[in-house]
Amino acid sequence: MSVVFQRTNGLTQKSTHYCPGCTHGIIHRLVGEVLEELGVLGEAIGIAPVGCSVLAYDYFNCDMQEAAHGRAPAVATGVKRVYKDKTVFTYQGDGDLASIGAAEIVHAAHRGEKITTIFVNNAIYGMTGGQMAPTTLIGQKATTAPFGRDQAHSGMPLKVSEMLATIDGAVFVERVSVNTPANIRKAKKAIKKAFEVQIEGKGFGIVEVLSTCPTNWGLSPIEALKWLEENMMPYYPLGNFRTPEEVK
Amino acid sequence: MAKAKGKVAFKEDLCKGCELCTTVCPVKIVKMDRTRINIKGYHPATVDEMNKCIGCGNCATMCPDLVITVEREMEK
Amino acid sequence: MAKILMKGNEAIAAAAIKGGCKYFFGYPITPQNELPEYMARELHKTGGCFVQAESEVAAINMVYGAAGAGARVMTSSSSPGIALKQEGISYIAGAELPCVIVNISRGGPGLGGIQPAQSDYFQNTRGGGNGDYRLLVYAPATLQEAVDLTMEAFDAADFYRNPVVISADGMIGQMMEPIEFKEAPKRELLPKDWATIGTKGQREPNIINSLALDPAELEKHNIHLKEKYDLMEKNEVRYELYNMENAELVIVAYGTTSRIVKNAIAAMKEEGIHVGLIRPITLWPFPMKAFDAIPETTKALLSVEMSMGQMIDDVKIANEGKLPVHFYGRSGGMIPTPDGIVESVKKVLGGEK
Repeated sequence: MSVVFQRTNGLTQKSTHYCPGCTHGIIHRLVGEVLEELGVLGEAIGIAPVGCSVLAYDYFNCDMQEAAHGRAPAVATGVKRVYKDKTVFTYQGDGDLASIGAAEIVHAAHRGEKITTIFVNNAIYGMTGGQMAPTTLIGQKATTAPFGRDQAHSGMPLKVSEMLATIDGAVFVERVSVNTPANIRKAKKAIKKAFEVQIEGKGFGIVEVLSTCPTNWGLSPIEALKWLEENMMPYYPLGNFRTPEEVK
Repeated sequence: MAKAKGKVAFKEDLCKGCELCTTVCPVKIVKMDRTRINIKGYHPATVDEMNKCIGCGNCATMCPDLVITVEREMEK
Repeated sequence: MAKILMKGNEAIAAAAIKGGCKYFFGYPITPQNELPEYMARELHKTGGCFVQAESEVAAINMVYGAAGAGARVMTSSSSPGIALKQEGISYIAGAELPCVIVNISRGGPGLGGIQPAQSDYFQNTRGGGNGDYRLLVYAPATLQEAVDLTMEAFDAADFYRNPVVISADGMIGQMMEPIEFKEAPKRELLPKDWATIGTKGQREPNIINSLALDPAELEKHNIHLKEKYDLMEKNEVRYELYNMENAELVIVAYGTTSRIVKNAIAAMKEEGIHVGLIRPITLWPFPMKAFDAIPETTKALLSVEMSMGQMIDDVKIANEGKLPVHFYGRSGGMIPTPDGIVESVKKVLGGEK
């Protein structure tokens, strides 16, 4: 027998602090595997966000910087401008990227920074205890939307991939999900592509990963995946929004 | 058609008992071991009927905590 | 090297490049725009680069990234822009990254005005960022001094792994003076083996970070930072003493204001009034020991500032209650005049007599 699946060297040996069933662990693994498979682990510099994945710097087995809330794309810009030939990525949640860091992500894309962003969208603030995110769905309850998100009060959930796909510098934009093994394999392909466009010097690449938050959604991990499928995927359709071929 | 034979190994102490692996096994052999509690305080995932395993890797793909290693052998 | 005539903002930019600065991230704001514009024209020639950020917040976080990658990096702004950078400055200090921050300050609060002011003394020396951190703050009074201090600032930042601030008012930024680029004194610097440049698979990952969730660990880190700041207080204090002999009154003033004070002192000398000057060159660490040089003839201190009175707090701390401390200042972009200073001195001395 031969080993067909084992722990990637792209992650450290540390056990994560994530709640049981949190899909951050899956997404971390995919990024680690891609870095390893592309042979760039020793040349990679990752930028961790503020939020649930704030401790990502302990988990990725490469040089890491911990950014202020939302500023990871700016920090990544600083690193990448110094080391044009290194592989630089940010790993950010929806509060970090779509709310407080909206300007930083838009302008990193706008400048066509040759960095890769992994955007984990679970429609809620996890670390701070379940507050409403820009991506929280209409009707979805959060501690700061106790009666459910109301469009008249808070607007419609932000579709980040669609928004960033309007920016020329964003050469690869894809939304994926990690709710099934098949979708996880697709997610990995997209993540690999988002790193490849950076390595090939084509521009900014981002993968939005629909993810769960069993703890703050008040669901079991299995129920949470079902909720993602039934509620998030219809509003946030999976698919590619931009490939380098479409960019002039 | 060639039939795959597989084997999975669990690093039991990394398991957080989320049960996601149990939902994706095509031969339904991944179970939670309700008789034991691991170092983290969870019932860990395990496999009793390993001879049925086809080494598809779905359980390991779904696991958020890198608990599972998968081996596979193709029968001629 | 021959002296050349340059505008302050450009002279500081040129000095930064000579000091080894290779990366600059900034956002436009008056009255410092000539500085980033110079960088945009010149920095690429060094193999480095200039990036105009989407905001001051982004700019300082780009500085964080580049500094974390081991580069010599700078940003510049003016008062409200520096206010926006405070988040990043606190993180940079916490993560112990070296960088240089130029504040060509203007009147405030709020949007304030665009004319010169020194009302960012608190901002520069106390900071608006969170936590126990300090910045080494240079306050040049001439363009030559601005050039010299900027060239030294990068070594100082690397030496302490801490941000260094060049605090200059809009007057320094906008005026033209002859300057000379001299060889800056060099410090013995350790290799930046902490920088994130990729592990090459040959070492454990380097992590640039200001998070320490374990209180014992964070306290230990803060004690380490304090030891570093203590060392700065011991070794980095700079000041000028001027006309201190037999001074009846000693003025404390820095930057542009100190130049106006010197004119006032000359005018008063002709009238037979002896007034001395303590000119802090480092605002932090504040030159406490300069106050030991105050002669027994001195009856009072006068803090002269282009603000409503900020440095006066440090003057009072340094004075240790020994002499009466008075204040004269103009604000909002209004500049103190020698006549105004003379009048203020006479009023104080009249009152003391």
